[in-house]
Amino acid sequence: MSDTKKMALIASRGTLDWAYPPFILASTAVAMDMEVQIFFTFYGLTLLKKKLDAKVAPHSNPSMPMKMPFGPKAFKNIEWPIPNLISSNLPGFNDVATTLMKKTFKSKGVATVEQLRDICVESGVKLVGCQMTMDVFGFTKDEFIDGVELGGAATFLEFAAEADIQLFV
Amino acid sequence: MSDVQANMELDCRGLNCPLPILKTKKAIETLNTGDVLKMIATDPGSINDMTAWTKRTGNELISHEESGDEYIFFIRKK
Repeated sequence: MSDTKKMALIASRGTLDWAYPPFILASTAVAMDMEVQIFFTFYGLTLLKKKLDAKVAPHSNPSMPMKMPFGPKAFKNIEWPIPNLISSNLPGFNDVATTLMKKTFKSKGVATVEQLRDICVESGVKLVGCQMTMDVFGFTKDEFIDGVELGGAATFLEFAAEADIQLFV
Repeated sequence: MSDVQANMELDCRGLNCPLPILKTKKAIETLNTGDVLKMIATDPGSINDMTAWTKRTGNELISHEESGDEYIFFIRKK
């Protein structure tokens, strides 16, 4: 197509639940013949790490449904009322919630974040790491997957100014 | 509908958004212009998604049919 549509995304969060939207949108946009750039800033930078370790934190996430990915249907439909006292204080609670979320996603035929990120890289999504936040958090480029470019606000805005879709995640 | 001869069949049963689209895109790239891809999905969202995808990419959605829990799409590569 002569008029290629462009999409500019900012990925600013690094938890498992928030890792999905930018990679789903980017991979799908490329499949729809769009050109995509994702600007990773603040906690979003961790999504560029070679080994993805995104977790989900139910604490302070009150609308997150807590359901079990296994067992009979009636059991799976139960929404477990986990008090904040437990979700914030019980050691390993985030790991349990992360495992459960990954299991649920898998059982529903959803791709892993790693798969979606690989597809983005293979299909030419431009990944830009925010140099300023890297300095603040002490990240170096060699911690990131290959192909990441570095830049700042102007780098993003230059692409976003020409883009048809701009989203902040 | 089903008298369309498919050059390739793609099984996306059990897969959820956005995998059916991503796999369809990959599959169609291996075909020649005019070839027909048959894609089978179970994701109810795939009807709207395939319509949107073909509209944007210019490939032709020849037909889609529902059979039980399955959605069957015939797409002609542009």
